[in-house]
Amino acid sequence: MTIPRRKFDAVIVGAGGAGMRASLQLAEAGLKVAVLSKVFPTRSHTVAAQGGIGAALGNMGEDSWLWHMYDTIKGSDYLGDQNAIEFMCRAAPQAVYELEHFGMPFDRNDDGTIYQRPFGGHSQNFGERSVQRSCCAADRTGHAMLHTLYQRNVRANTLFFVEWMALDLIRDASGQVLGVSAMEMETGEVWLFHARATLFATGGAGRIYSASTNAFINTGDGLGMAARAGIPLEDMEFWQFHPTGVAGAGVLITEGVRGEGGYLLNKDGERFMERYAPNMKDLASRDVVSRAMATEIKEGRGAGKDADYILLKLDHLGIDVIEKRLPGIREIARKFANVDPVKEPIPVVPTCHYQMGGIPTNYHGEVVVPSGGDPSQPVPGFYAAGECGCASVHGANRLGTNSLTDLLVFGKESGDTMIRFLRENPGHKDLPADVGDVSLARLARLETQTGGESVFEVGAEMRRTMQGHCGVFRFPDMLESGVDKIKRTAERVRRTGIADKSKTFNTARIEALELDNLIEVAVATLVSAEARKESRGAHDRADFHQRDDVNWLKHSLWYREGNRLEYKPVNLQPMTVESFEPKVRSY
Amino acid sequence: MKFEIYRYDPEQDDKPYMKSYDIELEPSDRMLLDALIRIKAVDDSLSLRRSCREGVCGSDAMNINGKNGLACITRLTDLKQPVQLRPLPGLPVIRDLVVDMSQFFKQYHSIKPYLQNAEVAPEKERIQTPAERKELDGLYECILCACCTTACPSFWWNPDKFVGPAGLLVAYRFIADTRDHATSERLDDLEDPYRLFRCHSIMNCVDVCPKGLNPTRAIGKIKDIMIKRMV
Ligand SMILES: Cc1cc2nc3c(=O)[nH]c(=O)nc-3n(C[C@H](O)[C@H](O)[C@H](O)COP(=O)(O)OP(=O)(O)OC[C@H]3O[C@@H](n4cnc5c(N)ncnc54)[C@H](O)[C@@H]3O)c2cc1C
Ligand code: SF4
Ligand code: SF4
Ligand code: FES
Repeated sequence: MTIPRRKFDAVIVGAGGAGMRASLQLAEAGLKVAVLSKVFPTRSHTVAAQGGIGAALGNMGEDSWLWHMYDTIKGSDYLGDQNAIEFMCRAAPQAVYELEHFGMPFDRNDDGTIYQRPFGGHSQNFGERSVQRSCCAADRTGHAMLHTLYQRNVRANTLFFVEWMALDLIRDASGQVLGVSAMEMETGEVWLFHARATLFATGGAGRIYSASTNAFINTGDGLGMAARAGIPLEDMEFWQFHPTGVAGAGVLITEGVRGEGGYLLNKDGERFMERYAPNMKDLASRDVVSRAMATEIKEGRGAGKDADYILLKLDHLGIDVIEKRLPGIREIARKFANVDPVKEPIPVVPTCHYQMGGIPTNYHGEVVVPSGGDPSQPVPGFYAAGECGCASVHGANRLGTNSLTDLLVFGKESGDTMIRFLRENPGHKDLPADVGDVSLARLARLETQTGGESVFEVGAEMRRTMQGHCGVFRFPDMLESGVDKIKRTAERVRRTGIADKSKTFNTARIEALELDNLIEVAVATLVSAEARKESRGAHDRADFHQRDDVNWLKHSLWYREGNRLEYKPVNLQPMTVESFEPKVRSY
Repeated sequence: MKFEIYRYDPEQDDKPYMKSYDIELEPSDRMLLDALIRIKAVDDSLSLRRSCREGVCGSDAMNINGKNGLACITRLTDLKQPVQLRPLPGLPVIRDLVVDMSQFFKQYHSIKPYLQNAEVAPEKERIQTPAERKELDGLYECILCACCTTACPSFWWNPDKFVGPAGLLVAYRFIADTRDHATSERLDDLEDPYRLFRCHSIMNCVDVCPKGLNPTRAIGKIKDIMIKRMV
């Protein structure tokens, strides 16, 4: 069967912050670009970001990109690539100004400049004291940013394919990427998007855990597609657990609450972060705060009848500050925790939030893989940006506000890199003869399978395994048995079946296809975590409690084939300034 | 808990019908969306849109016991049984609870929903005072869920001509922004018997907006400015 095909200069999979910042570059340069998204662009999960965008504007006091760079490297527990981090922190202020020029409704100071709030791990003068660096629009920063980017793309006449799900990456025999196969959800039709340059901006995969701040659509499709096409995934053992997800519901309460002066209490009413991080306290970096909370709960000082959550107190900020700066939080707390934070504390627990790892890229957004002795050889025609990519600016632990910065900076940069590649490489290469067969086979299996495994149940089993075996604290025996379990679950995923065989907006089929991607991410995570015999950033092992720079200052690369792991060095050489040598991390 | 849900798959069904479900809920199921996911676990053929599950993405708007709302922030305990669920009214149904939103977005796009300012941008941010910025509150928060527009009788009658409450709210968001310089073009575009003036202030839109926004007020403000510029 021949599949209908369309040619574009570039195809972008994902219309979140990263995808739409990139598409803007291409569309404004007059290139023919197709943007695919599973949902209408403004429904992408960037919309849920609350706290802000990190950039050293210095509107609230002295600040510099170098301090931002230092904080990011320290936050990453020295696993971040310092050239990429320098690139991001230097470009951040310009990225924020551009967004403002596009119409972003930032909060303002009395002098009319952009308001910035304090955030965890961001400091003045290399860790001396907290700094106000997070540019925000109340606690709806992501919403304001995503709508602004969409609006700017409307102005640029970007071509969107809304509710089209990319299925598989197209690579030819030389390894060059030539586009994707994709399915229109409304009709079930499959098309080939033949492109000279392909960008993945598919966001995170937080749905591998049971308790997650992520949207249902965050299923790691880009990672699954890349892994199936032979691309390794980098640093997948590093998952950020955000300190403050609403207990039981998972919905996020921004760190901006603590930035504005809120703090955490255990059941005795003790402000315990003073013990764990005497200097930055509740604004220490997220891995540190989450571990402190998990320790309090483990040692019996959690609140509630089962002593299983921590209290986030903010009533002392007063109703005016809460209504002005944190109105969305008040709404969430009332709806999902049944408390009004103007009067009572919010019950919170560390909750899976962000994947630091992803598809390996350099800081130009080019996907890079080890080849011919070079650990970072670009894959021609393939790019990744945003949460699905790993540049790596976040290393072993991301600082709050640095993801939105990442989307803007690397979204734009990958767009510019693609424009250069398109100029230098005119003409479409031929598609391979068997193009699209993999996707058709996946669909045919779902079409014909009767009495297969339930997508719902197998998915739940995967999430339980991840939650139980690969959480905030990691134990050697649990990791080992976790690897076995998740491999068995992966076998079950190959046998899933659905009852709904309709072609029209068949969401059962979408969920089955998403599970194919989620499971790749879950396996990559457990295999990489079991292998890393040290504690660093968000990866905390009971048997190797210290960071081990001699043996483990390196990035993991997981290959789907044979669950093989390779490693590549961390780039400790910034672009222009001196290297920040790994030091003991304290806040 | 008992539900009656509108079902229609154009491939199999001659016409839509209501299907009854009686399902066992877990204590952790608080919102209508949680219940719909339970239903989908036993009957995977039920189609609906959903993503953020916290009321910010605008995916899961539907007609709940006769009133438009978002399933993910509608508490189960607030609902009378059997809970009647239908797709948003006034838009073509693709399948089950999924409607074709093209007309809604077409109207949104028609108001040129982007900042227009031909001046060379400054090196840093444009200056805007907190008071000027405050004018955008209650406007920029729209999540494009279409609860309002599909509850508006004027839109039902003229979906191709009347912009509808969501589009007009966003139009006013740009008119109210001191950084936008296209106010008079925007007003010219809306000065039309249909695009703006089909609104008869019935307020259905205000009643259903899950974000507590007030399109009627925004529409009133546009009308005020228009009257002012006529005299
Ligand atoms: C609740 C919450 C609050 C946050 N707050 C902050 C904050 O304040 N500051 C900060 O810096 N970071 C924050 N983060 C992190 C940050 O929001 C995300 O990392 C970031 O928005 C991800 O953006 P993205 O563009 O990479 O992906 P997304 O915005 O998730 O977009 C992914 C896109 O890919 C599309 N897609 C995926 N798979 C496919 C497929 N197969 N086919 C077609 N399209 C596909 C989707 O439709 C979507 O358009 C927060 C995260 C959460 C969950
Ligand atoms: S007030 Fe106007 S826009 Fe709102 S429902 Fe009534 S007619 Fe429609
Ligand atoms: S105004 Fe309210 S109801 Fe209307 S689309 Fe926006 S958020 Fe939805
Ligand atoms: S799922 Fe996003 S608004 Fe309900």
